[in-house]
Amino acid sequence: MRYLPHSEHERADMLAVIGARTAEDLFARVPRHALLREPVNLPRHSPEFLVEAKMKALASGNHAAGDGPFFIGAGAYRHHVPASVDHLIQRSEWLTAYTPYQPEVSQGTLQMLFEFQTQVAHLTGMEVANASMYDGSTATAEAVLMARRLTRRNRIILSGGLHPHYRDVVRTYLGDGPDLVCLPASPEGQGDILNRIDGDTAAIVVQTPDFYGHLRDLRAAADAAHAAGALLIVVVTEVVSLGLIEAPGALGADIVVAEGQSIGNSLNFGGPYVGLMATRKEFIRQMPGRLCGETVDADGNRGFVLTLSTREQHIRREKATSNICTNSGLCALAFSIHMSLLGEAGLKKLARLNHHNAVKLAKMLGTVPGVELLNKSFFNEMTIRLAVPAAPVVEMLARADVLAGLPVSRLEPDNPACENLIVLAATELTTDDDIAMLAECLHAALSEDAQ
Amino acid sequence: MSMNNQGRPTGIGTSVPVGTSDFTSVSGSSLLPNEPLLFEIGDREHSGVDLPDVTIDGSFLGGFERKSEIDLAGLTEPETLRHYVRLSRLNYSIDSGMYPLGSCTMKHNPRLNEKMARLPGFADIHPLQPVSTVQGALALMEELAHWLMTLTNTAAVCLTPKAGAHGEMAGMMAIKAAQEAAGQGHRKVVLVPESAHGTNPATAAFLGYSVRAVPARDDGTVDVEAVKAALSPDVAAIMLTNPNTCGLFEPEVIEIAAAVHEAGAYFYCDGANFNAIMGVVRPGDLGIDAMHINLHKTFSTPHGGGGPGAGPVVLSAALAPFAPVPFVKKGEGPLALVEHAEGQHLGRITAFNGQMGMYVRALTYMLSHGGDGLAQAAKDAVLNANYIKARLERVFSVPFPGQPCMHEALFDDSFLEGTGVSTLDFAKALIDEGFHPMTMYFPLVVHGAMLVEPTESESKQTLDRFCDVMLELANDARAGNAARFTSAPLNAPRRRLDETRAARSPVLKWERQELLPQAAE
Repeated sequence: MRYLPHSEHERADMLAVIGARTAEDLFARVPRHALLREPVNLPRHSPEFLVEAKMKALASGNHAAGDGPFFIGAGAYRHHVPASVDHLIQRSEWLTAYTPYQPEVSQGTLQMLFEFQTQVAHLTGMEVANASMYDGSTATAEAVLMARRLTRRNRIILSGGLHPHYRDVVRTYLGDGPDLVCLPASPEGQGDILNRIDGDTAAIVVQTPDFYGHLRDLRAAADAAHAAGALLIVVVTEVVSLGLIEAPGALGADIVVAEGQSIGNSLNFGGPYVGLMATRKEFIRQMPGRLCGETVDADGNRGFVLTLSTREQHIRREKATSNICTNSGLCALAFSIHMSLLGEAGLKKLARLNHHNAVKLAKMLGTVPGVELLNKSFFNEMTIRLAVPAAPVVEMLARADVLAGLPVSRLEPDNPACENLIVLAATELTTDDDIAMLAECLHAALSEDAQ
Repeated sequence: MSMNNQGRPTGIGTSVPVGTSDFTSVSGSSLLPNEPLLFEIGDREHSGVDLPDVTIDGSFLGGFERKSEIDLAGLTEPETLRHYVRLSRLNYSIDSGMYPLGSCTMKHNPRLNEKMARLPGFADIHPLQPVSTVQGALALMEELAHWLMTLTNTAAVCLTPKAGAHGEMAGMMAIKAAQEAAGQGHRKVVLVPESAHGTNPATAAFLGYSVRAVPARDDGTVDVEAVKAALSPDVAAIMLTNPNTCGLFEPEVIEIAAAVHEAGAYFYCDGANFNAIMGVVRPGDLGIDAMHINLHKTFSTPHGGGGPGAGPVVLSAALAPFAPVPFVKKGEGPLALVEHAEGQHLGRITAFNGQMGMYVRALTYMLSHGGDGLAQAAKDAVLNANYIKARLERVFSVPFPGQPCMHEALFDDSFLEGTGVSTLDFAKALIDEGFHPMTMYFPLVVHGAMLVEPTESESKQTLDRFCDVMLELANDARAGNAARFTSAPLNAPRRRLDETRAARSPVLKWERQELLPQAAE
């Protein structure tokens, strides 16, 4: 077995030092009948080339996004990741390091996290950011819990423009009840939340660009929330948008959570991703997750440590702000490297290019009979309504190797208003040919359907 | 130009006059452990990516175009490589040395796993593609589930938890749902032994349970009689780590499970220490109802400086109907992905399908080892820990002597009594000898605990060198050379850091110096 360093000879020597006769003696405290007498019924060990062949066979059962025209977004976006990002994150010192609890030998990770926190704070326009969360959806649920702690109120109102998965995660975390108000899906971008805020409201949760692609008026949401003593939680599932759209922090957000996958991270079928969380400085002691802070060492040199850990489970146990232990370190590193490569100039260009391609997509979709564009505003994603149910059309296009977007009914199966809707995204990787192919196939599918 | 106290410029893109030797020395030559912050070397103009510069008319932006500056620092590609390579050199890593962190299972991360996770068929697939286009991904999830259920002898597994604590949450939610379904929603107490990981009580509290501590016996294990005494009609579950955090197998675990079930409660097992028993003992045979498995510990997916993890949770037949969505369903024809909770199933605990990238790595690791190799790895992990214990126990104090340990060896600080050296000092001195410190002050039930987990990845040579260093340090501490310990580390990129200062007035991001109030000189 190529990963196990001991020879049989060495094992015997070690057992002799221990004073045990056999390896089984070391399991003496295990109840006899619980020890397996037969090996588990699983295949035996395998050489690298056979494992590789098996995994490649599994991978070949999937249609990769890069294999053809691709328009799916809905919270996970296909962007170009520069080659140097993946090269760097595979360095042993990043990949195989533990959580930086021993700061003297973890300054690389710690300084990176400090830089990451700065990037996230600047990007969102907030005062502080943490060292990352599992993903955008769980960060949203944690933000909701944080708002409850901060306001000592319970009611949470979720906009109908919030990603349905995010809504579902919040529902699982909080449980159904009168204190969780999930507004109905708002595919046309209709304002739905402002007149629902009351004196029991802890927070409203507004996504922008929302799940259907519409850009939401955060200033109005913040003013309405604050007037009632509630907080505004802003969700961003496409962080590239922040290169072109106003920062939530500049518009009055109290907590900003985001899915950071778009920067530095592949689609990965949904994970691992990286959740971003940023807030006002006065709220940090109720913030979940790790925080990295600047300090000095015994020689007075600048250094970094994990700090304010008295909020965390390993110190506070049942009184912690969250049960979270792990962050998304390596994905945060990929985010931070990609963001350094982009810089301010690059991120703005990237955002413009995304929007530019999305405008092309919108215009082309407008030429397809039977397709109605629902958006007056969008960043790189939009919703169309067909005259027929969307899911079979998307399936038909997939057979022609065009991944045409997400039929909303997949996430909202019980909502008839969503049955004919498709959410589509364009990124910098979307070509004119892709868009033309989509329009052609969509046209064909819809006319075929009409017959 | 404003400078910080190390002579570095403090503004983005503030250029440094040629010949400022101060800057040269603190920025570090290629082998010196100093690297300026990204924001001190990058600026708003530089970029390491080439993108066409398109103009847009804003007619679809609804008036929400950004007016504020972002204030991000950019670097070209060569500068980026240098920045992150230099930073990386300030980190300890498994690939550079042994990481004897108890409870963390810092084992070798095979690179085949990384290569497989990057196959476009896994890395470049979208979680919401038509299910017909991701049959390979579903087959992989199905196969991983099969391995996990076979190794644990359980009926179901929820793959999606993003980390161990998230797996605990999913498992405990299933327990809560099962009890509510059975009209047992009044059960509001969870038993947690004193030696538990902090995540256990935090998870129980998160779900609205109150925590009742179960004391440990003098031998470091949980007494079934103590559990019976703590059980009452309001107890929902016990959360027990096995092997426990003292590195010991709970000898009465089967009796404990029976007592818990007898009382109408469930047995949640913290699977953080599964590495000691994989392929040797199946937790399902011990009577557990739910157990998370840290793929980033037991199945070698890299820790990455603090994540991402993955914490699938296996479930007994009683809890299987309450598993959160999504999950793969096998039947006639293509594999299906159940994405919406039907019947008693819980809803989503995360968007999408969990940590696919980690599933690929973990399954690659399993296929490489096979069932036989996993069992051998567990036995070697236990052998290594016992070898360390045997070599050290004449000098180091073992709090629970007279029994073999499992995959980690626990020592207390009584061997340091009167030396003026604390567990922390001792651990920091290990850094100067080239080792990462062991886990300290955990579990809480042992004074000044030092928890050493070598994993199966360490060779006898490495273990011998580690033991030699440990013994030499212990002798030196007892010989009165406390200064070596209290001043340690000296051979690290930084000396001890002032954590009190960091917490008292937190500085959590880089600030433009000119925006700060006048700094005291």
